[in-house]
Amino acid sequence: MDIKEIQDLIRFVAKSGVTEVELEKEGFKLVIKASGTVQNSGHATPAVVMPTPIAYAPATVAPTAMAPAAVHVSSSPTPPSAPSAPAQAPVPSSGSLLKSPMIGTFYRSSGPDKDPFVKVGDRVEKGQVICIVEAMKLFNEIEAEQSGTITKVLVENSTPVEYDQPLFEIDPS
Amino acid sequence: MFKKILIANRGEIALRIIRTCKEMNIKTVAVFSTADRESLHVRFADEAVCIGPPRSADSYLSMKNLLSAAEITNADAIHPGYGFLSENAQFSEVCREYGIKFIGPSPEAIRAMGDKATAKETMRKAGVPVVPGSDGLLESLEQAKGVAVEIGYPVIIKATAGGGGKGMRVIWKEEELEDAMDSARREAAASFGNDGLYMEKFIEEPRHIEIQIVGDQYGKACHLSERDCSIQRRHQKLIEESPSPFMTDELRQKMGEAAIQGAIAVGYEGAGTIEFLVDKYRNFYFMEMNTRIQVEHPVTEEVINYDLIKEQIKVAAGIPISGKNYFPKMHAIECRVNAEDVYQDFRPSPGRITTLHLPGGHGVRVDTHIYSGYTIPPYYDSMIAKVISVAQTREEAIATMERALSEFVVEGVKTTIPFHLKMLQDENFRAGTFNTQYLNTWTMPE
Repeated sequence: MDIKEIQDLIRFVAKSGVTEVELEKEGFKLVIKASGTVQNSGHATPAVVMPTPIAYAPATVAPTAMAPAAVHVSSSPTPPSAPSAPAQAPVPSSGSLLKSPMIGTFYRSSGPDKDPFVKVGDRVEKGQVICIVEAMKLFNEIEAEQSGTITKVLVENSTPVEYDQPLFEIDPS
Repeated sequence: MFKKILIANRGEIALRIIRTCKEMNIKTVAVFSTADRESLHVRFADEAVCIGPPRSADSYLSMKNLLSAAEITNADAIHPGYGFLSENAQFSEVCREYGIKFIGPSPEAIRAMGDKATAKETMRKAGVPVVPGSDGLLESLEQAKGVAVEIGYPVIIKATAGGGGKGMRVIWKEEELEDAMDSARREAAASFGNDGLYMEKFIEEPRHIEIQIVGDQYGKACHLSERDCSIQRRHQKLIEESPSPFMTDELRQKMGEAAIQGAIAVGYEGAGTIEFLVDKYRNFYFMEMNTRIQVEHPVTEEVINYDLIKEQIKVAAGIPISGKNYFPKMHAIECRVNAEDVYQDFRPSPGRITTLHLPGGHGVRVDTHIYSGYTIPPYYDSMIAKVISVAQTREEAIATMERALSEFVVEGVKTTIPFHLKMLQDENFRAGTFNTQYLNTWTMPE
């Protein structure tokens, strides 16, 4: 990724109202966060945060189009974001969302050394347990509201989620 | 001092609390139901979390969701506002168990004042005058006669299971007692399936005058004088003011002292209000205690120049009070503006506010969460704004309020502003010769 592409990305972040962009490619990771409290104006001046630079191959790698390996985009409502900016994917092009029926902490499995209830590609049936949301030390098993195939996991393990927050993207076919 | 406070409420009071927190450099967490996503308190807080669907029981009344929200945001205190869980002893208790400071009284104090019979007994023991009454239910006509003589006529008999005025009779002379008891019993049995009756002294021309108190964690309490809330419709306050037009220095001193005694008797921590009924002879009687900040707190704030929310937070953080009492330096009136149609028996009128112009200028304060384009959700109470006028005299406060209300433009929903404008013109209101019964016989002029 050359400096022009980074500048374009910074401009994109500033204009779109997005608060955080994380970009990971082979040997390279870039995190851009919009700083400061933004009230009703879309003009955040993002601070470019580059964590410990990983050695990356500059000029020899032909600059590719912006099709990175994995992009997590957090967008917040106009005022400052929800705590720990839990990642919320923009509305997906196809598929439905499975949303959290409660506020608490999201866990993908029933224990730290257990397998996740579901992974991307798994077929789930309505009523099947797909995750746990913990509140006040009570671990609540969350069931799928509809059947389908998991296409995306939208929240990281052990992060806070609020009511109605999308947890999984599911292809209902 | 707290680093972060979660406000377990919505609407104008949530905004009110956020404002003081900002001034105190305390971070704020707003909670909201899905119906309140566009609400102002959500936008003004530092953080906001969605805690449930529109129904209060699943959101603002859900202790589990509120504590969970406090947990994931690392809030160290919860301010419950008014209504919702603010007077829920169990909520105060679970906050304590989870190590989150509940900004308000202890569960024990809330319980002591929550039950009417217990509260009355506690106050009586503390030397606070209570409405004289029968000790329990009326067993027989003879016993009833005896109680009535002891209390002194006029008396009122009430159904123990009752409410809404059913099973109530006012008796002026002993000759009326037998018939009144018989008909009250029949009505009570028909309305509530329980014909138990008790007796109380009937308060003539009762005025609702309440005393604001603050107690700290060290057993000290003080009072901040009175508010007169006699203008009520179906037991809902519509207009409040301080000082009361019926008050004298001597009465204020006595009521203030009694309120302090009451607060100390239950080990009260935080801001609270003791409500009294005051009769035409200026005898005052304990009615109940509200163990929370009240809707009409701005009236006291304006006449004494004091931030009561800041005081609540300071007391909760362990700061002691001076013990000084406070007296009104100005005159203030508050009108509660509701989204209701006064020409349709005050029917609620939720909907979208298409045009809004709030009043301003010298001596005007508006506490509100509404904005142009805001849609008032139908799930919660109908109050949309509090307009407070402050002036040096009562006459001027009335004039300022009339001026302010006539500038207040709200389009898209109906409001009770026409009611307030008519009431402010009313000769009894202007003369200060009104009591809690006044609106029962008052009709909205066309």
